[in-house]
Amino acid sequence: MVLIKHELRGQRVSFAVWTAAVAFLLAVCIFIFPQMQGGMDGMSEMFASMGGFTEAFGMDRVDFGTFIGFYAVECGNILGLGGALFAALCAVGVLAKEEREHTAEFLLAHPVSRGCVVAQKLAALLLEVFLFNVCVYLTAVACTALAGEEVLWGEITLLHVAYLLLQLELAGICFGISAFLRRGTAGIGLGVAMLLYFLNLIANMSKDAGFLKYITPFAYADGAGIVGSRSLDMGLVGCGMAYGLFGAAVGFFRYTRKDIV
Amino acid sequence: MDAIMVSGLTKSYGKARGIDSLSLVAGEGEFFGFIGPNGAGKSTTIRTLLGFVRADFGRAEIFGKDITACREEILREVGYLPSEAVFYPGMRVGDVIRFSAKLRGRDCGAEAGRLCDRLQLDTKKRVRELSFGNRKKLGIVCALQHMPRLCILDEPTSGLDPLMQREFFAILKEKNAAGATIFLSSHILSEVQQYCSRAAVIREGRLVACDRVEVLADTGAKRVHVRGNVDIAGLAGVRDVQEGEREIRFLYSGQVKELLSVLCRQEVEDLTVEEPDLEEIFMHYYKK
Repeated sequence: MVLIKHELRGQRVSFAVWTAAVAFLLAVCIFIFPQMQGGMDGMSEMFASMGGFTEAFGMDRVDFGTFIGFYAVECGNILGLGGALFAALCAVGVLAKEEREHTAEFLLAHPVSRGCVVAQKLAALLLEVFLFNVCVYLTAVACTALAGEEVLWGEITLLHVAYLLLQLELAGICFGISAFLRRGTAGIGLGVAMLLYFLNLIANMSKDAGFLKYITPFAYADGAGIVGSRSLDMGLVGCGMAYGLFGAAVGFFRYTRKDIV
Repeated sequence: MDAIMVSGLTKSYGKARGIDSLSLVAGEGEFFGFIGPNGAGKSTTIRTLLGFVRADFGRAEIFGKDITACREEILREVGYLPSEAVFYPGMRVGDVIRFSAKLRGRDCGAEAGRLCDRLQLDTKKRVRELSFGNRKKLGIVCALQHMPRLCILDEPTSGLDPLMQREFFAILKEKNAAGATIFLSSHILSEVQQYCSRAAVIREGRLVACDRVEVLADTGAKRVHVRGNVDIAGLAGVRDVQEGEREIRFLYSGQVKELLSVLCRQEVEDLTVEEPDLEEIFMHYYKK
């Protein structure tokens, strides 16, 4: 528990900034919907006829003129990408920062096993991602109600659960990578998140690249697909959770055996 | 019981040398010096003992327990001061000390307060505001606040002013008198000579000597200074020769009568033979 508290305390500024930024953008997006809705005549058709761009962002599968359709695409991009970057950044530095900032020697000179260090850091990371999503979810629901839109609990909750799972998977993968790094962590974390994001866009645009859906977590967190089917693709979710668990296990294995120099 | 027992310990970092077949023993209650120049392998030995790096070969025990199998159990009884003490920069000094105590699952408030007073350490300052010397003091408090049975100190006095060094060694002497074992890694020979009862000398990853400090210092060598027109080319047991204009200085470890028989045949104006200082003696171990 000591290390969990220490980690959360050390991350509190970064957590507050990311949560506030994503929640604020989400709120802005929700509040501008009524104004946009007024000028939406013909817009949905336009969005649905932009070729590969339309398919990439799933705008051919939802009605952009409805609040939930708009929320699934626009807010999904904000939370999907923003949340992914947040989770990747937090995870990729969590183990590496002790060596990068030369505090590993201080920490590991205490009677705490490396396994315990890894477990508590992972627990802190997952807790942080979970709290981030709770804050964003509550903000989204409150803003939807304040904007006078109907809160479609089922769809909105399902969307947010998908983004939470996406972030947990990315956190697991980046946590594993973190055990191999000593410096340059932020660039690698952002790179992994962006790579997986663009893999999903490619998978949406080309049928030949459909197999990419089994690689990127953005596939099962695709807002248009979730709202359309009112469900998550559990096959893709299962693959994603397996990747995340594998990443965390690799991180555990590596960090408990590596030389701290 | 031995506080530290190292047998054939070997560690390399790829092609870089760390330590090679190192064996030494430090008894419980000893004030033990671990001497060597920079890069000799002192820190690698300590890092291996504390489990930061894994040995390639050999084994080591602390208080009779294997360093790999019983790492956490051992660390409960060990206080470690690294050569470069680094802490979380955003935390306050007091928070770091409490965090360290919590990681040990102990309340060390009273001893920590006493150490902070003696070392004049301001607990309200943030770590990022501390000078190198003050970070060292914080490291000392974290290493000693839980009253460890074994204190492993890597270059502990670097960054401390002479007054603080004296206070620091006074604290160590008290801990040692109370039964704690002190394992002091240093390249400052004067502090080893002054405080340690036994010492080991390490060079290029290998142990070259391990004995009581008085025995290590007693190599039989003399510092010789001769003025005049002198040639010592045929004399055995000569090293560290420094030649000047009509004068020569060297360390001599041969028979005195042979030295005198060589010199008496030459134009000697003046001759001084004295005990070399500890620094010179240890240079003997450092040089190939």
